[in-house]
Amino acid sequence: MASFWEYANPLKFMRTTDWLLPIVATAAVLVTATGLIWGFFFTPDDFRQGSTVKIVFIHVPAAMMAINAWVMMLVASLVWLIRRHHVSALAAKAAAPVGLVMTLIGLVTGAVWGQPMWGTWWAWDPRLTSFLILMLFYLGYIALWSAIDDPDTGADLTAVLCLVGSVFAVLSRYAAIFWNQGLHQGASLSVAPGTRMDWAYKAPLYTCMVGFGLIFLTLVLAGTRTEIRARRMKALVARERMA
Amino acid sequence: MVLNVRDLACARGGLPLLEGVSFSVTSGAALVLRGPNGCGKTTLLRTIAGLQPALSGEIDCPPDAIAYAAHADGIKATLTVAENLRFWAAIYGTCETSTALERMNLCALAERAAQNLSAGQKRRLGLARLMVTGRPVWVLDEPTVSLDVASVALFGDVVRAHLAGGGMAVMATHIDLGLPEAEILDLTPFKARLPETGSGDFDEAFL
Amino acid sequence: MTALLMRDLRLAFRAGGGFGLGLAFFLILAVLVPLGVGPEPQTLAVIAPGILWVGALLACLLSLDRIFALDFEDGSLDLLATAPVPLEAAVSIKALAHWLTTGLPLVLISPVLGLLLFLPAEAYVWLIVSLGVGTPALSVIGTFGAALTVGLKRGGLLLSLLVLPLYIPTLVFGAEVVSRGAMGLAVNTPLALLAGITAGAVAILPFASAHVLRINLR
Repeated sequence: MASFWEYANPLKFMRTTDWLLPIVATAAVLVTATGLIWGFFFTPDDFRQGSTVKIVFIHVPAAMMAINAWVMMLVASLVWLIRRHHVSALAAKAAAPVGLVMTLIGLVTGAVWGQPMWGTWWAWDPRLTSFLILMLFYLGYIALWSAIDDPDTGADLTAVLCLVGSVFAVLSRYAAIFWNQGLHQGASLSVAPGTRMDWAYKAPLYTCMVGFGLIFLTLVLAGTRTEIRARRMKALVARERMA
Repeated sequence: MVLNVRDLACARGGLPLLEGVSFSVTSGAALVLRGPNGCGKTTLLRTIAGLQPALSGEIDCPPDAIAYAAHADGIKATLTVAENLRFWAAIYGTCETSTALERMNLCALAERAAQNLSAGQKRRLGLARLMVTGRPVWVLDEPTVSLDVASVALFGDVVRAHLAGGGMAVMATHIDLGLPEAEILDLTPFKARLPETGSGDFDEAFL
Repeated sequence: MTALLMRDLRLAFRAGGGFGLGLAFFLILAVLVPLGVGPEPQTLAVIAPGILWVGALLACLLSLDRIFALDFEDGSLDLLATAPVPLEAAVSIKALAHWLTTGLPLVLISPVLGLLLFLPAEAYVWLIVSLGVGTPALSVIGTFGAALTVGLKRGGLLLSLLVLPLYIPTLVFGAEVVSRGAMGLAVNTPLALLAGITAGAVAILPFASAHVLRINLR
């Protein structure tokens, strides 16, 4: 039985993803397309929100993946710090832009949804605020990666930033909840979708969630492969110089 | 007291630079590292000083024995010579700075702000810092840069006195310090070879 | 340790040390805001707690990159890392020096600026208390950011991008203490949370800072 850690070897990782990536990519496209088409065209309009509610099929999975991507980066950073597997650090690096885009999709679709529902593009609601803050954390993380030349130093520093950032991101989340309650008591805009969600919505929503998860996986695998190749190329150039 | 280095390999910027470096220095002895620019003298000294991890190999040295002096002297421009020196003395828990000032011929400059020193005078202050550390093992990277002939001789005397007092020194330098007893280690043969490529695959370290 | 603190303070107070820059920035901000918002006391009183806290935060940010950058350039940082002082302690001392030269003066001058912004009378004591409790966290978190970016070109801008999100909880709770104080409400909860963040940051972040500093020196 092969150990899980064997996939931390770049070569093994590349060989495995060689055949795995097309499968995951196909599955991602199929599942997401199914979920979205199902959600957009084969669900009834909500009696209160009309057809605008259907943006939920993009909004919720994107928001979910925005958070999950950070958690994945956190785990990958820990693996790098503890076990020093390069693939892990590179996977964290590859996940960050995907997470950032997911956060942006979540924010934009939220604004588009909020405009007809609440009559405003933006509200300083704790949940919205938290997502904006999450976006700042993604930006900082990506900026730090791009500022450092040496890949190992970059991996170390960003991993520590990810750990510290996670703690502060959670703190910020609670601070945002506290802050809004504290200032605007009573004036609440509830964003909680699916408080009474019917299975007619739930089933396509879950399909979309799985689809977005697969999209994330596809992009991270592809990104990690690119990063591995980039490092390999750097190493080859270095070899040339040494020889 | 012995500083033992066994089969040491070190890297700079992720590239292996030196491998199989072994030497040992005993009390009262000095080791001079030679080699062309970029052969890894600075990297080796930083590794010995503990600033960067070795790729492999061992460094056996009593704890808290090493005083490191790099290209940059760590001098604060707005502090006076005496203040700079007193700071490092306090950090190393020794309080005596007058001997060092005297030995490096800095007494007349003691109250001058370090920004008004010449390059050679700064270098002398940097070397005086070594004397106030009270550490037995001096790890020196190009200690004689920008020193004039008289100052080089002065520094040679200081090193000899340090060795006579039971200390030891590992230094990278191209100039003859007038230490005939110093052992000389040429680093050229220890240049790291390329790792085997195998079948063109890449392994964990990408090299 | 004391020697390191004394040296950093001395360097800050000597010519070119940059002491007072943050303070001047804080003052300018308190002058600019009324010019931008308008002179009505009611409007200013409402936004005063937030402006004072954001101002303190930005003033703090201004001097962060000096914490390690100068020592890195002249080689002191290498020598400090090989000195018998544990790097964690050195980092804490540097954060303390930063607080003494930046945070503490901000705390002391803040009532004067509160006056300019028509801060309600009840809020003064809470302004001082919240800044007094919160600014150490700003210095410690900032030291972590400075340690992360110490060897980098264009580190200054990146430093702001990294540190400002980390400042969010401190800012939220700190400003909340002042605005609750201004409204005459109980401030226990945000003040306790603010103190908790400061205590946690002071206890844990120096280890992270020392770790990233070692990586950067390698």
